[in-house]
Amino acid sequence: MSWLYSLAAWLLVVSLLFGVVRIAIGPSEADRMVTAQLFGTTGVAILLLLAYSVQSRPIIDVALVLAVLAVIAIVAFVRRVRQPLRSELPTDE
Amino acid sequence: MTMELLLDVLTAACILGSLVFFLAGTVGLLRFPDVYNRLHAVTKADNLGLGLVVLGLCLQTDSLLRIVELVGIWLLVLLGGATSAHLISHTSLRDGLVPWERP
Repeated sequence: MSWLYSLAAWLLVVSLLFGVVRIAIGPSEADRMVTAQLFGTTGVAILLLLAYSVQSRPIIDVALVLAVLAVIAIVAFVRRVRQPLRSELPTDE
Repeated sequence: MTMELLLDVLTAACILGSLVFFLAGTVGLLRFPDVYNRLHAVTKADNLGLGLVVLGLCLQTDSLLRIVELVGIWLLVLLGGATSAHLISHTSLRDGLVPWERP
């Protein structure tokens, strides 16, 4: 079964690489963040398949951490869009 | 012996099925016209694909604790996916991105 897991993981990596095209062509920042979400979900699947392919238990924990971090990336993006950085605020001269 | 073969076949079917959903998610991300449609493709198709991967791997797992862990990861991704989809679409609406309509 190990070969099936690694084959599936490789196919998912290829699918992720196609997702990078959306980052390249945009057009808005939100479109690019959608790809970040794709990376989160697909990345978790790849890590789980990898854990069973090489029979390594800790990789499952890595998948768990990636699942949490993917959400935090989106939240950071939303906070950044809502509240502009201090350097971008209009300064009254 | 027969039982193991049956489980292997079911796992293979689940994982191959999940590949179809992941592929659908990526194709949707590339082909759909605006950010709301793309969110729909990514969050729905990919979460179902991940669910099928988890189901297939659970069939190969003998300890109950490990199964709970796998399903827990899936539920966490579901929760996070729904939350971030709402955050992204809300932000896009606030930014004045008008949802696409069939011309």
